[in-house]
Amino acid sequence: MRKILAALSLAVVLLPALAQDPAPDALVKAVTLEVIDLISKDKDIKAGSRAKLVQVIEQKVLPHFNFTAMTALAMGQNWGKASAEQKKQLTQEFKTLLVRTYASALAAYSEQKFDFRPLRAKPSDTDVTVNVRVLQPGAQPVTIDYSMEKTANGWKCYDVMVGGVSLVANYRTEFANTVRNSGIDGLIKDLQKKNASMEKK
Amino acid sequence: MRLVLAVLALLSAVGCATTGDERDPRDPFEGFNRGVYAFNETFDEYIAKPVATGYRKVLHAEIRSRVGNFFANVQDIFIGVNNFLQGKFEQGVNDWARFAFNSTIGLLGIHDVASEMGLEKHNEDFGQTFGRWGVGPGPYLMLPFLSSSTVRDAAGTAIDWTVSPFTEVRPIALRNTLYGVYLVNTRAELLDASRLLEEAALDKYVFQRDAYFQRRQSLIYDGRPPREKLE
Repeated sequence: MRKILAALSLAVVLLPALAQDPAPDALVKAVTLEVIDLISKDKDIKAGSRAKLVQVIEQKVLPHFNFTAMTALAMGQNWGKASAEQKKQLTQEFKTLLVRTYASALAAYSEQKFDFRPLRAKPSDTDVTVNVRVLQPGAQPVTIDYSMEKTANGWKCYDVMVGGVSLVANYRTEFANTVRNSGIDGLIKDLQKKNASMEKK
Repeated sequence: MRLVLAVLALLSAVGCATTGDERDPRDPFEGFNRGVYAFNETFDEYIAKPVATGYRKVLHAEIRSRVGNFFANVQDIFIGVNNFLQGKFEQGVNDWARFAFNSTIGLLGIHDVASEMGLEKHNEDFGQTFGRWGVGPGPYLMLPFLSSSTVRDAAGTAIDWTVSPFTEVRPIALRNTLYGVYLVNTRAELLDASRLLEEAALDKYVFQRDAYFQRRQSLIYDGRPPREKLE
């Protein structure tokens, strides 16, 4: 009986990992291909509907990102100084901004060929980088690196590097400057203003 | 030339008037650089971008890609030289093989047959070679028309241009035409990227500067720079 219990508890521990967590590189590939496929088939998006594109990204891509972690990284030391409410607002606004940017990037690359690189990591690793390359004739391929962390809810992306430029790192100076000049609330206001101005376009 | 000097003098006056509120140690000339940036933005808004947009409307994507390939092929010669200078011999041979195949089978480079054969395109220049040799970037520089650079990379760009085969092209009118087509085509290729920058940045100047430093560091180490873990 004890053996069966032991086996059962082992199965309970292992099963979720086996059942729900696809490997990070497989996840990136599946999500990218699915989104590209949706984009190429959707009439509204092809006609240039940014709203529909954002909607697809929110449904398919968002669940795999850890926006709190991204915002915390972009804020650096200032993250610790923010109140719970400020953290919530910052994350919300930063998320809106990133989704919009990501939508534009995807729209620009959607007709290119993607090359999904095999993951170079040990099975025990909990923090990996998934490499994807966008191939374009006559130019060096554009590299897209997804930094991913293993969480209780599967692998979550916390940074995207395009051509060696980390999105999160790139916001650090901007955020730090704004916080220094007008405080955390000033940064929230700036992000809201930025998002509102993009909404109109 | 006198015009260029006059523009520079004007810019330095503008530069002195606008001092950046926060100094980044990598960008000691921020006030001046922002002046040049404002000039570049104006030039881009009224001349470069409309011309590039028109060029993109008039010419089919296929033809634009051929034009890009033509220039990219000639650049492979010195991409190879730079790979040799950095001790990456296999890559250098790859670049020269690309040039050989593309110039012949690829009809003067307009078809990138080498990529289809598995010979991958590289990105190298003299600024990267200096970086590989251990030269630091030095202060950030915003160059008129050429945009983001650093002291090291500006020196590299000067060499890139001096050795470029296009400087030898005669008659001068043909050479200048080539320069013109190159610049317009390059700007057209960047239309998507510049819209992205527009959408992503709170302060475009800062965003572009930080991206430039990250990008160059990544290029110097061929996409595998020593990783700084963010905390």
